[in-house]
Formats: sequence, structure tokens, C-alpha cells
Amino acid sequence: MIYFDNSATTKVDPAVLDTYNQVSERIWGNPSSLHRFGEEAFNLLNQSRKQIADLLGVQPNEIFFTSGGTEGDNWVLKGTAIEKRKFGKHIITTAVEHPAIHETCEQLKKLGYDVTYLPVDKEGRISIEDLKNAIRKDTILVSIMAVNNEIGTIQPIKEAAEVLKDYPNVHYHIDAVQGIGKGIGELIMNDRVDFITFSGHKFHAPRGIGFIYKRAGKKIAPLMTGGGQEHNLRSGTENLPAIAAMAKAVRILLTNEQAKAQKQADIKSTIYNHIKDFDKVTIFSKNQANFAPHILCFSILGVRGETIVHAFEDHDIYISTTSACSSKDHVPSATLTAMQEPTELCTSAVRVSLDANNTIEEAEEFNRVFDQLYQKFSKLS
Amino acid sequence: MQYSEIMVRYGELSTKGKNRKDFIKQLGKNIRHVLHDFHDIHVNPQQDRLHVDLHGEDYDKVIERLAGVFGIETLSPAIKLDKDIDNAKQVALQMVKDQYQPGMTFKINTIRQDKQYPLDTYDINDKLGGYIIDNVDGIKAQMKHPDIEIRVEIRMNGIFLSSETIKGAGGLPVGTGGRATMMLSGGIDSPVATYLAMKRGVKVDMIHFFSPPYTSPQALAKAKELTAQVAKFGGNIQFIEVPFTEVQETVKEKVPEGYLMTIQRRMMLRIASAITRNRHCKGVFTGESLGQVASQTLESMMAINDVTNLPVLRPLVSMDKTEIIRIAEKIGTYDLSIMPFEDCCTIFTPPSPKTKPDLEKTRHYETYIDVDALTKKAIDGIKVTDIKPGEEFLNQNQDVFSELL
Repeated sequence: MIYFDNSATTKVDPAVLDTYNQVSERIWGNPSSLHRFGEEAFNLLNQSRKQIADLLGVQPNEIFFTSGGTEGDNWVLKGTAIEKRKFGKHIITTAVEHPAIHETCEQLKKLGYDVTYLPVDKEGRISIEDLKNAIRKDTILVSIMAVNNEIGTIQPIKEAAEVLKDYPNVHYHIDAVQGIGKGIGELIMNDRVDFITFSGHKFHAPRGIGFIYKRAGKKIAPLMTGGGQEHNLRSGTENLPAIAAMAKAVRILLTNEQAKAQKQADIKSTIYNHIKDFDKVTIFSKNQANFAPHILCFSILGVRGETIVHAFEDHDIYISTTSACSSKDHVPSATLTAMQEPTELCTSAVRVSLDANNTIEEAEEFNRVFDQLYQKFSKLS
Repeated sequence: MQYSEIMVRYGELSTKGKNRKDFIKQLGKNIRHVLHDFHDIHVNPQQDRLHVDLHGEDYDKVIERLAGVFGIETLSPAIKLDKDIDNAKQVALQMVKDQYQPGMTFKINTIRQDKQYPLDTYDINDKLGGYIIDNVDGIKAQMKHPDIEIRVEIRMNGIFLSSETIKGAGGLPVGTGGRATMMLSGGIDSPVATYLAMKRGVKVDMIHFFSPPYTSPQALAKAKELTAQVAKFGGNIQFIEVPFTEVQETVKEKVPEGYLMTIQRRMMLRIASAITRNRHCKGVFTGESLGQVASQTLESMMAINDVTNLPVLRPLVSMDKTEIIRIAEKIGTYDLSIMPFEDCCTIFTPPSPKTKPDLEKTRHYETYIDVDALTKKAIDGIKVTDIKPGEEFLNQNQDVFSELL
């Protein structure tokens, strides 16, 4: 089996699963309990938090555990909207965000908030000029993804940080669900960002766990109110087995990060360089530094995305039509649509998404299968 | 940029004529203490300032530690270069470029210790300044209040360039202000009071009263961990735990309810005073702030203070709770302090303690208990631990957990 759908989800690392199991069996107390089982769980919770904070170069009180990327995105957006509603109701984001951002913005629009979606160029990237022009007196939040989940564009998040230094009261959120562990930590953990969303299952932690970074001193309203966990900002008994497992997954992910990112870039290049010369192939993800090393999105003219996915599946190779979240709805890729690609390309796009566990040999096997399928499809169309 | 040393400028001690030497020596010692786990670092105290030679250690982390050390006015990371002026030009240019934004002005400020150096300060300012003007579009030189200042020092062993100036913690080096004890409960106030005592150069020994089983082992661990946290500002701290159960039980049994709290506090201060004298300390610090709770009215303070003639120092006396919390957050004790373990100040508190206890009545009710015997017993039972900066006490499983994570 060749699994090239790592942007949809990743397989839980056996060592991470081992931590999950051990914590479930041995340290099952509620961190809020006063007795020593609770105490032990509380200490493990804090140590997990500290490990993640240390690895990212931030403070432990800046890390808040969530159920994953969707919750993180919802929390930062709605939490900011509630917290800062007295100061303004204008939110700036991009036209190519994940639905967790886009749909949340649409919901906020219905509640009276005003949302500006920054357009993107042919590479799926926003322009800093557009961002500057969009900022208003009543802007309360700018939310930009680090890496586009469909085609892998790295957004100019560091340049945006520079712009936003002149607007210290605007919350700056980066959705880094596809960005962590891909060699661009320096861009994400910049000195202006206020909030960052992370999701565990994208880097070999279990499902249902994630975290956000919140710069100390920045305020957002909680979405989950209740028992007061997570500094009263995210109530609910902590999912300790998953939190500890995720702390381990972050450690593994960020060990030798650059080398692993390079390996993924090499695998991407192997496929990119092979398929780029076929007449009917359009590649949306460029093979250059301002694209993530792990995402390759392309289409074969006249063949529907689903058809390509299933054809590869017959060869035990697993890829997806752009975003996994919307792939079952037969909607054209939102990112490609925003890039104003023709509809036939938007519906025929597929995404190869890599991970450090993939190999060059797998890419070569992919290329062989690609040749066969390309010939077959060419005869049919 | 790879910095080679951190320059440390002294604070108030520059003004203290004859004690200067001791101050510098003590500061050097304190700095070595907080940097003890950076093995390659060399700390070099001199008359006018102190140099921390990094030898490849990460300057950010070193500055983070130094920023909390009392007696430091400002810090600057500096780069050591050989005496080739062309090399200095390149580095100075890079330093300017790192900070430059359109419209900014700059200045080169040269000090020449090596009087044999072929270029004088004027030549050096001119050469470096000219090079920067030629290579940074639109930058202007300005002598008064420039946006960017590049300091150049020509020393015997090389050229040192620095630009950034980081504010230090101020105050006096811990240890130069004598030695005192501190009554640490585990709440928000006492660690802040400790911090402020240290800021004036005082070396503190912690006194913590604990009353098992009314107070939990975690409460004791929490007090120790708070000590380890404030130790980051002045080095190892002696932690003295005093068994207090018997005193509290006796007072509860024998003394009228309204005077429970006052007499408990008198016993605490009495014991603390005796420990203070035994250890040749010169005073007792507390985290009391006027008017906060029943025990902290002026009348209470008088009734409690009655048991000792040692100075009882209260750095928080006129601070608001919000101010205290702000400092607690800054020094990293707040999150620990609010952990919900009962300490011996909160157990056996009567529903309505006297906020204005009468001194004569207090003295009278105290005769109901055997003060000397109880005091002696408590002092005989003390246990002293040496606590290192950042040591962990609450999480006993740290190593086991590290395996797991």
C-alpha cells in the first residue's frame, strides 16, 4: 500500500499509540481531582503542555488543548468575535481557507459581522497590498492559513505579520494545521502572531485532539464554558491520553524537522518532474520554496478527480480529490475556483499529500502507475 | 547573528563607593549561579561592567536568565571581532539592516580602550558611518536620540560591536543586603514579598509552617516549588519547614474563638523570630498587606508584632491586590500560588475573627497555653532543605513521564 493522503489524516504512530494506551491504563485520574490520582494526572497534563511549549519556543500558559483543528479555528474566530465585538465587527481572511474558517466566517456574517475574503493569484497566494488595503478601523481579526490544504501554497504569513505590527489591536490568527512540521516553523511562530491552530491527527497523534497557541495577554471568549479547565477558557475534562500522546507526536514530528521536510520535497520533486511534461497534465502546486514540501495537486484534462482517485486505488495507491472534507460532495475545489481556474480543471484536480514516512521508491511506483493510467485515459477521451 | 558575549552594565551599585568591590563580586557569583548549567560560559566581572563570554552558547537563553538577576541595569549582546576594520564594517552594516525601517536614523558610538589602535574614535565613526550611509538607502546619521545606535569598543583583545540594549531587573545583587527569614505560606503574596526582599539585595531563608493532616503533602510541595521559582532570582534558598499541628490544635482547644487567629499568628512569629536569631538573620519578612484580611489590620499587626523586637518587614504593605497579582504573574509564581491546597493559614479560621484584637486580652488568653514548650517543640522539629532554582517538587514523576512523552 502507498498512502499519499497525509493531508487528510495520518496513521497513528505506534509509539504515540503506546503512550495513549499506557496513560489510559495507568494515569486515568481526573486532573481536577485533589487526591493523588488526580494529582498525577494533573502533573502529566502540565508536563505535556510544557513539552509542547518548549518544542515550539513558547510559554506553557500559551498552549490550550482542543478537540482538533476545526475547534481551534472556530474558537479563535468566534472567541475573538465575542470578545472584541465592542471594538468592531470586521474580519479579514482569505478566499482559500479551510471550511472550518470559511463556514465560521459565513456564520458570523449572519450574526452581523463583516468579512473580507482576500483574493488569491494564480498560485493561490494573497497579496500583501490587498491585505493592507482591507484593514479598517473596525477590523478585529486577520486569519490566514500557513499552508493551503488543497494545493500547498505557503501564504505570506511573515509579511502579513510585519503589516500587522502597525495594528497591534487586531488579532492575528494563523491556521497551521497543514504547516506544522513542514520546515516553516520560523514563519508560523513569528513575533506578531496571536493565535495558531494545530491538529493532532495530521501528525500521527490520535483523532480528536489538537491545540491552539494563544499569545499571553491576548483575550478570547471561551466557546466551552463549564468546569473551568484550561484557565477557564476551554472547559471539559481534559483528554489526557490523547494530550500526552500528542505531546509525544509533536516531539517526534519536530525532531530533525528540516531533514524530513527535505525528504518530502524530494519525493514531491520526483513525481512533479515526472508528470509535468504530459500534455493533459496541469500542476497547481509549484516545485519551489513558497509551496509546502508535502502537497502536490494536479489534474488530467478531461478525467474527473474521483475517477483518478479510484484508478489509483485499484493499484493500492491512496490519494484524494483536493480537500478530503468536501470530496464526497462532488463540489469543485474551492481553492482552484478562487484561483479562477476553469471549471473542468477544478473538478478534475487530485491531491498527493506526503509525510516523512513516504519514500522515493513509492514515488517511483506512483510514476509507473501514472504512466499506465495516463495512456488508458488518453485512449478514452 | 552569532554573538560572542553579553555585556552587563551595573545598576545602583555604581554609586556605592567603598562597597563596590563586594557588590561586583556578589553579582558575578549570582550570575554564575543562574548560568550554572551553561558549561562553556565564562563570567568575567570588571570594574565598569561585567562580560559573559558565550563560547557558542545561545545568547537568547542566556539573556532570558540574566534579565531576572538583580543588580543589572542593562544588557547588550555583543560580537567580538578581530581588529580588522573592514570586518567591523560588514557586521555593523548587518546590525543596522536588521533593525532598519524607512525613515530611521543611526549613530556610531566608539570607545577606544586600546590607545595603540591606528584609527582614533573619529576615524572609526567616520569609516563605519560612511559605509552604512553608502549601503543603506535613505538612512541618515543623527547624533541626538538616533533610532539605531551601534556601539563600537576597541579593546586590547578585539573590536566589540553591540546595538541592542535590554533592560535588566534593577535592584541590588542578592546577598549584598544581608540575610533575613521570610514567612512563606503558599499564597499569592508571600512569593511576591520574597521577590521584593531579594530585589533590595537580601538573601532569604524560607520559613513554612505545615500542619499535617490538615494540610496536604501537596501544600508542602507547592511551597517548595514556589521557593524553587523565586530562587531563580537569587540562587539556592534554605527552606525551613516547621511542624505546626500541635500548636494549632492546642490553640483551637484552649483559646476563645475570636482570638484563635491572632494567637496562632503570634505563635508563628514567635517561632519564626527564634529561628531567625538562631540562624543569625537580621529580620523577618512577611507578605502582609494592610487591610487585606482580619489578621492584616493595624490593630492585628500590633497584637501580633508584640512577640518580637526583630524588624518585621512587609514589602507589600501598601500594595493593592491587583498590583501584587501583576508581579506574581511576572515572576511566574501566580499559577502555582492559586493551586487549591489548603495551607495552615486557612485551616482553623473562625467564622468571625477579631479584626481589632485587644492587646491585653490577647496576652491574657495566650496564658491558657504553654507558649515556651510549644515553641521549643516546634523548633526542635524543623527540617531544612536546600532548594535549587527551578527544582520540581509537585511533579514527582517527571522522569517517568518524560519516558512516556
